[in-house]
Amino acid sequence: MDILSLFPAWLLEQGPAFVIVLPLLMGAIVAIMPSRTLAWWAALIVTLLCTVTAFGLLLQVYSNGASLYTMGGWDPPHGISLVVDALSAPVLLLIAAMAVVTMVYAMPATIAEVEPKKRAPFYAAFLLCFAGLMGMVITGDAFNVFVFLEVSSISTYALVAMGAARDRRALAAAYNYLIMGSIGATFFVIGLGFLFMETGTLNMADMSRILSDLDGGSRVAKVGYGFIVVGLGLKLAMFPLHTWLPGAYAYSPSMVTVFLASTATKAALYLLLRFTFTVFDPSFNYDIVVIKYVLVGVGVVGMIFASLQAIFQTDARRTLAYSSVAQVGYMLLGIGIATAAGIAAGYLHLLNHAIIKGGLFLAMGAFWYRFGITRVTDFNGLSKTMPWTMGAFMISGLSLIGVPFTAGFVSKVNLTIAAADKGWWWAVAVIVVTSVLAIIYIGRILLAAYFGSPPEIDGETVKRNEAPLMMLIPMWILVFLSIGIGSNLFGLGDNFVMASERAANLLVGIGG
Amino acid sequence: MFSILFEQYNYAVVIILMMTGLYVVFASQNLIKKLVGLSIFQTSVFLLYITIGKVEGGQPPIVESHGEDHASLEPVLVAAGNAKDAAGYAAGHSDVLYSNPLPHVLILTAIVVGVATLAIGLSLVVRIREVYGTIEEDGINALDYSYNLEGIEE
Repeated sequence: MDILSLFPAWLLEQGPAFVIVLPLLMGAIVAIMPSRTLAWWAALIVTLLCTVTAFGLLLQVYSNGASLYTMGGWDPPHGISLVVDALSAPVLLLIAAMAVVTMVYAMPATIAEVEPKKRAPFYAAFLLCFAGLMGMVITGDAFNVFVFLEVSSISTYALVAMGAARDRRALAAAYNYLIMGSIGATFFVIGLGFLFMETGTLNMADMSRILSDLDGGSRVAKVGYGFIVVGLGLKLAMFPLHTWLPGAYAYSPSMVTVFLASTATKAALYLLLRFTFTVFDPSFNYDIVVIKYVLVGVGVVGMIFASLQAIFQTDARRTLAYSSVAQVGYMLLGIGIATAAGIAAGYLHLLNHAIIKGGLFLAMGAFWYRFGITRVTDFNGLSKTMPWTMGAFMISGLSLIGVPFTAGFVSKVNLTIAAADKGWWWAVAVIVVTSVLAIIYIGRILLAAYFGSPPEIDGETVKRNEAPLMMLIPMWILVFLSIGIGSNLFGLGDNFVMASERAANLLVGIGG
Repeated sequence: MFSILFEQYNYAVVIILMMTGLYVVFASQNLIKKLVGLSIFQTSVFLLYITIGKVEGGQPPIVESHGEDHASLEPVLVAAGNAKDAAGYAAGHSDVLYSNPLPHVLILTAIVVGVATLAIGLSLVVRIREVYGTIEEDGINALDYSYNLEGIEE
């Protein structure tokens, strides 16, 4: 409450529009900026302002409840509304905060990876991607979701392709992502078309009302839901639809990977929650069937298979990418449990995983920045040559495994308890087994780094060469967050758990 | 069975285009052909939306008389809100029956999105051609495979 009064009233009032419009406009301006330093500062300030606004909106939601912003004063269902509630506000803050972390990191990271004259457009594309993700999360209009989805996707294709300066495989990866992503978005829009046929509206709240009046609606609504789940599944890398992800994560520039891994799939997952629990309703029989069998099924299979695939990768970035697919499985399992506790655990894992994977990829980018390495075999002795970066990698890695006192532990325990409460003991077993698999694929890298000795080049042992401070600071901020959530320092853990519970209660309350 | 098909031939066209597009995307090795397939696939969705917007016997949604109090805008607003009841509402408020304009507007946006996707896809293919010297998918995979095996990093 006290902090909330520090925010100017106009910022909170206009905040929902501000967080989309500002990066969109500045994206255009940054693209034509003559100086790349100026472009960097502009992008950094934009993301900072959005973070502050998103934080204010989050506090406002917690003290005053959800708020509805009508674009241009047109009331819903005809006008476009922006919805800030307990479900969207934390994701907004997550995306904005990760954008700041990435932008700080971008200064040194892009030096190694992006040509100087391309840097201003690069930041512009980043801002567009950021605006698209924020828009996807905040909008209350279903077609708007598609538009923002494409805004973020198209700029992401360009960003991934920028990795070609470092590794030509980035081009093929970006192309693959473009094909899969466009098919996904088109499936989504087909689904929306069917929903529009059924309900005659595009406003999500209105859709939800009409659908529950119709008691789930006819076959048209069912088909629409199917298309939407598949479309979003492609975007969030649901297990059999994840084939674009390893390439896109492994070959794009480091900062893009960090941002993608921690936000893009999370925004799509948020949309899946939105559509499954508020637009549709688990009380419709087809909705609960999809939740119970499809989401849980692909989630569990994905957890196991992607973890196994992660073990056999030679490229450490691909290992982490496959691990991301596995972690999406945890979140889907959480959603699939469909109790308040299960959704809360899935949602918490969504937030935690963004922080953990962000930290891991930040460290990975620093290794590349200093030594140009991504292969696991090249990690020998990194603990001696880059102790601080490797330390951050280790702690984030342990958090990914789910070691006590780290963020991963909290969400995994919550997920396990939720599964056990539901009586799904096989799910508990799967969580334990995949955690063991995580020990193997993270442990493999840690073993090389801590027990190997630095390689010799021209008869001389490689000397200590720590990452620059602007890379270390964002990395360690995420590491401290991870420990803070796990050990409940400064009440961080309680706040995160509370945020996830509020989000879950909102979903289940409406689903009631 | 066939009479339904002929009565609702527009849906049949949508489905045929959709499946053709998807098949081309998955079956062809050539990167340009894949993009062509993707465009066909997206175009089928445009047709689907336009089909939804048509109200039988409806005229183009242009308000004929502009009253001082803008009251004549009302049927349009109502029509924009609800496709199913558009006909009934519009008829209730005025003598004219309008087609629903909203899907057209949505599709204008979707067309722009499709153009942007195609543009970026084609520019990617140009870059791939420059770097790999081929635009056949199996050729690229073979090059990448040897590239991965030899372990040349730069």
